[in-house]
Amino acid sequence: MHGDLSAILAHHRYESLRLVQILRDVMAAHGYVAPATITHLAEALNLPRAQVEGVVGFYSFFASEPRGRFRVLFSDNVTDQMGGSAELRARMLDAFRIGLGEVSRDGLVSVDLTSCTGLCDQGPAMLVNDRAIARLTPARIGAISSLIRGGSPVDQWPENLFVIQSHLEKKDRLLSTTPAPGEAVDAAMARGAAGMLAEIKASNLRGRGGGGFPTGTKWEACAGAPGPERIVVCNADEGEPGTFKDRELLAHYADLVLDGMTVAAFAIGAQRGFFYLRGEYPFLIAPLQAALADRRAKGLLGTAIRGAAGFDFDIELHVGAGAYVCGEESALIESLEGKRGIPRSRPPYPVTNGYLQKPTVVNNVETLACAALVAIHGAAWFREVGTAKSAGTKLHSVSGDVARPGIYEYPFGVPVRRILEDCGAKDTQAVQVGGPSGTLLTAGELDRRLAMEDVPTAGALMVFDRTRDMLDVAFNFARFFAHESCGFCTPCRVGTTLVKHMMARLAEGKGSRRDAKDVARVARLMKATSHCGLGTTAGNPILDTLEKFEPAFVRRLPSLDFVPSFDLDEALAPAREATGRDDAGAHLDEENS
Amino acid sequence: MSDSPTFVLDGHDVPFEPGQTILQAALAAGHYVPYLCFHHEFKPHGSCKVCTVKLNGRTATSCTTPAHAGDEVLSNVPEIQELRRNLVQFLFTEGNHFCPSCEQSGNCTLQAVGYELGVTTGHYNPLFPNRPVDASHPDVLVDFNRCILCELCVRASSLVDKKNVFALSGRGITKHLIVNAESGRLADTNLDPEDKAMSVCPVGAILHKRRGFRTPIGQRTYDEHPIREVAVRPHDEEKP
Repeated sequence: MHGDLSAILAHHRYESLRLVQILRDVMAAHGYVAPATITHLAEALNLPRAQVEGVVGFYSFFASEPRGRFRVLFSDNVTDQMGGSAELRARMLDAFRIGLGEVSRDGLVSVDLTSCTGLCDQGPAMLVNDRAIARLTPARIGAISSLIRGGSPVDQWPENLFVIQSHLEKKDRLLSTTPAPGEAVDAAMARGAAGMLAEIKASNLRGRGGGGFPTGTKWEACAGAPGPERIVVCNADEGEPGTFKDRELLAHYADLVLDGMTVAAFAIGAQRGFFYLRGEYPFLIAPLQAALADRRAKGLLGTAIRGAAGFDFDIELHVGAGAYVCGEESALIESLEGKRGIPRSRPPYPVTNGYLQKPTVVNNVETLACAALVAIHGAAWFREVGTAKSAGTKLHSVSGDVARPGIYEYPFGVPVRRILEDCGAKDTQAVQVGGPSGTLLTAGELDRRLAMEDVPTAGALMVFDRTRDMLDVAFNFARFFAHESCGFCTPCRVGTTLVKHMMARLAEGKGSRRDAKDVARVARLMKATSHCGLGTTAGNPILDTLEKFEPAFVRRLPSLDFVPSFDLDEALAPAREATGRDDAGAHLDEENS
Repeated sequence: MSDSPTFVLDGHDVPFEPGQTILQAALAAGHYVPYLCFHHEFKPHGSCKVCTVKLNGRTATSCTTPAHAGDEVLSNVPEIQELRRNLVQFLFTEGNHFCPSCEQSGNCTLQAVGYELGVTTGHYNPLFPNRPVDASHPDVLVDFNRCILCELCVRASSLVDKKNVFALSGRGITKHLIVNAESGRLADTNLDPEDKAMSVCPVGAILHKRRGFRTPIGQRTYDEHPIREVAVRPHDEEKP
């Protein structure tokens, strides 16, 4: 076993900074990271053993106990749920006679849940070992179960299982662009570094990942920070449930995004680049590696880019391992350094103290694609469309109860109603804008506009028609945040789990008025005191649903007055077990309980 | 004092040195702000959030937020105290904190802050963690169910003892303290009872064996003085 560990470690040059990448390879080779393996890795990398164990324990794609040889993870986004994911899951669990989270007795297969895998336009979806499978149906589940029983490696399964479709439904300026690789880099070099920086500032480009921070301000702060080396990071950890625009950009416009990174490097004087791709997009790894190799061959990466002495820049691909919080830029940097993805305390900010404390710019995939367009066409062109505060266009990932899910591009300021018309939404009850951490809109709010001035968005639109119960939707989001909280700060660590428990009681029809009041109290506390954006927004879907869809809560309260917060008869179960009794006298009858 | 810049805390002018955070300056000036994960010998990291204040109208973590001249800080106001009370209730809900049977009772910061804030119940349904106690070490006992994840032992063991005996694993509500041994047992680490990591636990998670109830309950630190007095004593005076 140590033989192939040495090969993995050598492949990563025994760099402790690459610990997350090393553990990904160990998982692929062994299926889990055994305690002895942790000890071996810690010694080889000269790290405290407990630190390596802590990293294994942090990322949901790592396991320290054996999982099945086939590790099935069902995507648990609300859109998967609406597509019948629970029934498909039950079918598979039945086929192997195991429970959720369990390993079959022969060690063949384990089945569990994972957060949204970014295939909401073609769900329900799952991951098997390192491959993604979309458009699950009972027939597909049957086929997959047979293949698992057959035991042949996932790489030898029929390729048609792994096809990821593209749904570029509406193209505007970004998606209808077809510049040659390097065109934006040439344009930036023609402007000069200072000129390029000025152009980005003048473009009024804001970050597309949800924060909306002005990109020019970020670049300028990094360019002006002291230090011999600067870093550019592309944040492709697209974890917000309902978002899949970066997946499509990287599948079809990878060179534009890599051009954007190179433009950023040129403008701020960066030498190193990192591309942080979420682990849920394994199908993008090989194409991205190929694109990087191709750019090196063309002189678009490496030393003296385009023949310019001193313009040295290269990009290293890093792949995540199942942690939504790593989409937060300082947590992403921690992960790049091979650590647990805990958001840092700020200030200082990454622009001065980022990767290895060096000045670092972290930009979203779509932001970098826009930056490339600004290099080519200029700030004035970029600002021609959009609103005063939100220049340019925005990609929206549309899913849920619509006829044509997919990617829709509009100038900022588009009313929600327009998108719903274009994607064929009928009888809409609610729209979740920007994912669970965003804003829930009712059917009465569809004339609101998507822009900084009205409803800001990270680019997700999940649509719910009138057949949906909004309490189920809110419960799904509560599960998501509890699963993804990093656990660093008290309010988010404890609050997300308490909300999940209370929402479960309410959803099962066992909740009380007090639960409904308490979820709001917890949600407000998380908003006021959490360490990072995950915690401050985790209560949003709860508060929005309570405010706008209160009947969804009240409908499931068994009584409007007093309901005990636990099941009295169930509380007697341990006593019954201890005494071996199960007669009527050992139960509370219905009227008295 | 006249040369130092100042900020305003609940109506009092508080002087600070450049680089000091709001909490550090407040405590140095004798103003108590409740906290759990802060320790004056370590760089603040801001995880417990009990020191949350209102800074210029917005909530902020006072232990990690640098002080600025002219800041308006509200601490002992009902809105902020209610947030803190709720956070302390979270911690009582998350762990197993049965004060009457705990050796740390009377010396426990969580208990003392609970009294300070008027926390009378955990309010929420307790989570009742069920992690085995580690009594493998000849001189030390660790009850992981009492850990409030302040990371003080982690920091002390790494920065002062240079041993990395303690670390954290898991995430979210499954986050927990681990020790640096393949067996997972404290006896298989190089922890020494005299290590700094042994003296910083604010609760009863890390205990010396055979010292139980040496000081009778009723005569312990917070039995005699409330934490608002103990926490602002100069650092050379003894603290638990």
